[in-house]
Amino acid sequence: MFTEAIEKILADLCTPARVRAVENGDGALALWRALEDGGFLQLLTPESQDGAGLSLAALFPVLLAFGRHALPVPAAQSIAARALMQGCSQQPPAGMLSLAGSSHSDAEGGVCVPRLAYGMLAGHVLVNRGGDLLLLDCSLARREPVGVHASQCATLYWPRDAVGTPLGSNGEAVRLFAAAIHAASMAGAMERVLDMTLAYCNDRIQFGKAIGKFQAVQHQLSVMAEQVAASRMAAELAFASEQAVPAMIPVAIAKARTSMAVPRVTATAHALFGAIGVTEELDLQLFTRRLHEWRVSEGSETWWNGQVGQALLAQPHMTACEFVRHVTESTIA
Amino acid sequence: MSSLLDAFRLTALPAHAEAFRAEVKRFLRDHLPTVSADVRARSWTGFDAAFSRKLAQRGWVGLTLPSAYGGAGLDAFSRFVLVEELLAAGAPVAAHWIADRQSGPLILKFGSEAQKDFYLPRICAGQAFFCIGMSEPNAGSDLASVRSRATPGEGGWRLNGRKIWTTNAHHADYMIALVRTSGAPEDRHHGLSQFIIDLKQPGISVRPILDLAGDAHFSEVAFDDVLLPHEALVGEEGSGWKQVNAELAFERSGPERFYSSVVLLDLWADTLRRHGASAAETALLGSFISQLASLRSLSVALTALLARGESPVVEAALVKDIGTEFEQSIPAAIAAAISAAPDTPIDDELYRTVAYLNQVAPTFSLRGGTREILRGMIARGLGLR
Repeated sequence: MFTEAIEKILADLCTPARVRAVENGDGALALWRALEDGGFLQLLTPESQDGAGLSLAALFPVLLAFGRHALPVPAAQSIAARALMQGCSQQPPAGMLSLAGSSHSDAEGGVCVPRLAYGMLAGHVLVNRGGDLLLLDCSLARREPVGVHASQCATLYWPRDAVGTPLGSNGEAVRLFAAAIHAASMAGAMERVLDMTLAYCNDRIQFGKAIGKFQAVQHQLSVMAEQVAASRMAAELAFASEQAVPAMIPVAIAKARTSMAVPRVTATAHALFGAIGVTEELDLQLFTRRLHEWRVSEGSETWWNGQVGQALLAQPHMTACEFVRHVTESTIA
Repeated sequence: MSSLLDAFRLTALPAHAEAFRAEVKRFLRDHLPTVSADVRARSWTGFDAAFSRKLAQRGWVGLTLPSAYGGAGLDAFSRFVLVEELLAAGAPVAAHWIADRQSGPLILKFGSEAQKDFYLPRICAGQAFFCIGMSEPNAGSDLASVRSRATPGEGGWRLNGRKIWTTNAHHADYMIALVRTSGAPEDRHHGLSQFIIDLKQPGISVRPILDLAGDAHFSEVAFDDVLLPHEALVGEEGSGWKQVNAELAFERSGPERFYSSVVLLDLWADTLRRHGASAAETALLGSFISQLASLRSLSVALTALLARGESPVVEAALVKDIGTEFEQSIPAAIAAAISAAPDTPIDDELYRTVAYLNQVAPTFSLRGGTREILRGMIARGLGLR
C-alpha cells in the first residue's frame, strides 16, 4: 500500500530535474513537505502515536523506491531517526533529520561528523559518539561542503556548548540503521541503473543493430543483473527482522554485499553507455555518483566484511554454512 | 527486468525442513567416513556406493519421490536441507546424486507406469545408479547437435554413437541418454528423444577419462549397434529436448552451485582461528560469508518456487552463474592469502585442498551448462535479443 503510494509521489515529484535542482540548492523543501504531508516520515512510528507502525520488512520496499528515484532528501534517515528517538524524553525535532554512525570528538569536547549524508540539508542529526546517542542541531554547526561536485554530503563541526547531553546509550543503533539504509538505497539505485542500461542497449543502434544484440554486451548485462539480484537479497536481509533496529551481522552482510557490487554495476553501465554516460545531461550520473558515495559512507565493504569475518572467527566450531544459516534464520521474522 | 528480480523474495526455510536438518546431522555424525579435507573437497565427484546405500537405507535417496515408489515423499525444502548438509560435510555423494536429483524425478514425470515401477524403487534403495548422456565429441554447449542415433527396427531401437564427459558412466548401472531418433543435426531441437540404457548390455564400451587432478569421474561411452527395447524410450519420441529442459531449474538452483569450495572455506577459517588472522584475511573471510549469505537466500527463494511447482529456469541460470563464480573465487583467493608470507609455514592438508580446488574449479562453471550458455539465457530473460 505504502509502496504504491510512494512510487506515485516519487514519480511525480522526484523527477531527475528535481533531483538536479535540489543538488543545486533549490526545491528540497517542496519535496520534503510532500513526504511529510503524506505521513511518510512516520512509517516506523507506532500507530498509537499516529504513525504507520510498519515493520522493518514492510519499510524495505519504500527504501528501495527512494534509491530507485535518487531521492535527494534524508527521508529514510528521518524515518529511522524518529524510530530511534522512541522512548527518549525529547520529541523528534521537525524538519530534516540525518544519521551519523560515527563521529570524532576534539580535545575541547566539540564534535565533528565527516561527510554526513545529506549534511548540506539536514536540520538536525542523530549522532553515534562512541555509543552515546546525541541529537545535534545543524544550525549551531559549522557546515563545510565536501568539495565533491554536486554532493549533498557536508562535514559538520559543533563547538562544545552546542553538543549537550546524550539522549541515550543506543548510539551504535544509529550506525546500524545508517548502514542498512545505504544498503537499501544502493540496491534500489542499482535496479534503476540496470533498467536504464537495458533500455539503452535495446535502443542504441551500432553496426546496423541494437547493441543489446551483441553477445559481449548481453553477457555484461547478465552479470550486472546477477549483482543487482544478489545485492537486493542481501539488503532485504538487513530489514527482515521483527526487531526495531536492524541487527549487526545482517547489516554487515547487507552493506558489504551491496558495496561490493557497486564498482562492477557502475563500471558496466558506464562502459555500455559510452561517452554520453558521463555527461551531466544524462540521468545515469544521478545514480552512479550516489552509488559511489553510499558505498564508502558508513564504512565500505572492507570494514563490514571485517566485522562479519570477526564474528565467524569468534565462534570456535561454527562452519560457514552454519553461520550463514544461523544469521539468516534468526533474522527472518 | 523487474519480473526477473521479483522471483527472488527473501524466504525462510519452513520448520519441517529445519527439523529434518537435525536428523541429517545425526546421520552424518554416525556414518560419514573420516577423511582429510582434500578428499572431502571432492564431495560431488566422490563415489562411495556404501555411503550412498546407507543413505538409501535411511530413506534419503529419492527424497522427493513418492513413498509408493520407496521415496521419502519430502518436498524441495527438505531436499535443500539434505543437499546443504551433505555438501557442507563434504560427503561423497556422487554414486546416487544424479539419480536422486534428475533421473528419478525425470522418470516420475515422463516415464511409463512400468518404468516407474521398475526404476524408482531401485533408485530409492540405492541399487540403481544413473548417469546422464548429454555431451558428445562434437556436441558440447551446442547440445542440440547430438549425432548419436537410435533407429527403429525389429524388437526396438538400434543405437549407434558416442557420449563423452559423462559423469560416473563407468560406475553407473543406467544412462539416460539424449539421442536423435529422427531428422538430422540441422533439425536442432526436433527429433531428439531420451532413452534409459542398461550399461551392462552388449555393444557398449565405457572408457574412464583421467582428469588433471588424477581422478577419473567422467567417461567416454561408445554405442555399437546396441539393441534398445521399445520400453527403453522415456516419454514421447521427439520430446527429448523439452524433457531435458524441464529439469534444469532443479539442476541449477541448488546449493551444489555455490558450496563446491565450502570444505576449504571451513578449513581456512579453522587455520585462522588457530594462528590468528590479519585484518585483510578477516575481511576476505567475511567477504566470502557476505556473498554466501546472499547466494543462499537466492537459492532458498528459488526452492520456494520449485516447492510450489513452478519452473524458474532463467532465475536458476542466474543463481548458478553467480554461484559458480563465487565458488571458483574461493580457492584462488585463499591460495594467495596462505602464501602471502613465504616464511610462514602452510599446513599440508590446507595446501593440498587449495591445490586440488584450483585445478578442478574450471569445471564448476562447465558442468550443468557453461557460463556462456547461462549468460545467454539470462540475457533473454532480461528482454534482450
